[in-house]
Amino acid sequence: MNRRAPVRVGEKPLARRLLIGFVLALSAVFILAPLAVIFGQAFSMGLGYFASTIAAPDTRHAILLTVLTALIAVPINTGFGIAAAWAVTKFDFPGRRLLVVLIEIPFSISPIVAGTAYLFVYGLQGLFGPALQDADIRILFALPGIVLASMFVTAPFVARELIPLMEAQGRSEEEAAVSLGANGWQVFRRVTLPNVKWALLYGVVLCNARVMGEFGAVSIVSGNIRGQTNTLPLQIELLYNDYNTVGAFAAASILTLLALVTLAVKVLLEARGAGRRSRPAAAQAPGVAAPRPEGLVP
Amino acid sequence: MLPRRVLPGLRLSLGVTLLYLSIIVCLPLGALVWKAASLGPEAYWAIVSSPRAVASYRVTVLCALAATLVNLVFGLALAWVITRYRFPGRRLLDAVVDLPFALPTAVAGIALTSLFSANGWLGAPLADLGIKVAYTPLGIMVAMTFTSIPFVVRTVQPVLEDLDPAIEEAALSLGAGEARTFRSVVLPLLAPALLAGTSLSFARSLGEFGAVIFIAGNQPFSTEITSLLTFIRLEEFDYAAAAAIASVILLAAFVMLAVTNLLQARASRHLGAA
Repeated sequence: MNRRAPVRVGEKPLARRLLIGFVLALSAVFILAPLAVIFGQAFSMGLGYFASTIAAPDTRHAILLTVLTALIAVPINTGFGIAAAWAVTKFDFPGRRLLVVLIEIPFSISPIVAGTAYLFVYGLQGLFGPALQDADIRILFALPGIVLASMFVTAPFVARELIPLMEAQGRSEEEAAVSLGANGWQVFRRVTLPNVKWALLYGVVLCNARVMGEFGAVSIVSGNIRGQTNTLPLQIELLYNDYNTVGAFAAASILTLLALVTLAVKVLLEARGAGRRSRPAAAQAPGVAAPRPEGLVP
Repeated sequence: MLPRRVLPGLRLSLGVTLLYLSIIVCLPLGALVWKAASLGPEAYWAIVSSPRAVASYRVTVLCALAATLVNLVFGLALAWVITRYRFPGRRLLDAVVDLPFALPTAVAGIALTSLFSANGWLGAPLADLGIKVAYTPLGIMVAMTFTSIPFVVRTVQPVLEDLDPAIEEAALSLGAGEARTFRSVVLPLLAPALLAGTSLSFARSLGEFGAVIFIAGNQPFSTEITSLLTFIRLEEFDYAAAAAIASVILLAAFVMLAVTNLLQARASRHLGAA
């Protein structure tokens, strides 16, 4: 039989095999091996030891603090994301594009810079530090500081999922609802929300993963007080530096599990149309949001 | 005259947005700039141009460049293999590409350190070859590479998916070899997306902290990154120096933001035209 020449580049079996082999080998080193190390180390002393390190009071407290931080920061961020997306996509006003850029700025800023910046607002050497101390209000080295720093690093997560989608969907459905007599809340709940619910959930899930895993910014504002202001990532560092490797990896395995669940939910939501990849390129509003790689960008 | 606004909620939504951005984003960044500016130009320059600071810029930039180069090649190959070939495990590979974004950086840091330390699973065989990874600049590069893997993949992937097969077919049928077709036909079409992904990856590597500090060794002048120097100055209660160095990182971030936005605008124009 007459074999057709390849009509696309890289379709020859040798090229295919080499490329797939190269990619799988590097993925094994950079992605699979770190995962294997985490679980391998966490369970290296057996299941009983694993359970006992997780149940240690400091680690348990760190888990609770991390969950509490997420319970406060994620809903506030979600509210901000919805408000920002509504303002930016449903109205025209001067400075709209600038606002979109401003919303995305925290993604470009190193967590260390974010943490340092918060010190100069609420710290003793900062803007409000002395006044706060006089009033005996603790923001830094306490829960409020951790929540604020987490909100900074995750500020764009929900908005950036909603803005391109709501921009692409336009305003006509909402305008029709208003002309039929619906009030603002009804329009949002009955018209907008059903259209964006998967994208919203997508943003919330990614935001939550980042809040629970944030390290750099939180490590500056929390003060690393053992058993008081250590979130789970900080507790991991503390255990690791104490040469309690198994304890550190046991704590790390919880966050790894969260990361894997996040990835799974992400794949499920992408199948329902959330995330950028499934959206046609044309749906990206020109001039409003440049295409960014989807997912948990810094 | 402005068209009458039909939809409700402008004042509420815009008010919430501006209030949140002011308190959460602008206030702290302004405070940082204020603190750095209050140093005065001479003291500021003395701090940001001190030998230790300059050495930390060199380490950070060089390691970030090396990591970005690795990700350029690896990312392109990953995107290519995921979009072009069908093989068992492809969809799983597609999903786990995002792991470096989902995995907290501290977790990545201790995992990579354990993996590449002299008695680790990969560190031990490499040590036999005379290659030390953990606690050297090579380790910093590995950590930076890990945390920025998804950028190039996820910017190139949509362009590869939309690439018209007819273009390649035409080149091949006109007698260009596969290598030549890839070099002069496919690669130029991917270039804007590759460039955009690369600049995002570089920007992320410059600012990376959590994954790096565990594996870096953190010796001044050789394996100390700029973020860590900021952190050390804070621990020494030298807030002015911390503010100055942090302002340098902030400035670099804004420059990279401008560059990536420019490149992405070009990439999306390309995407629209293709």
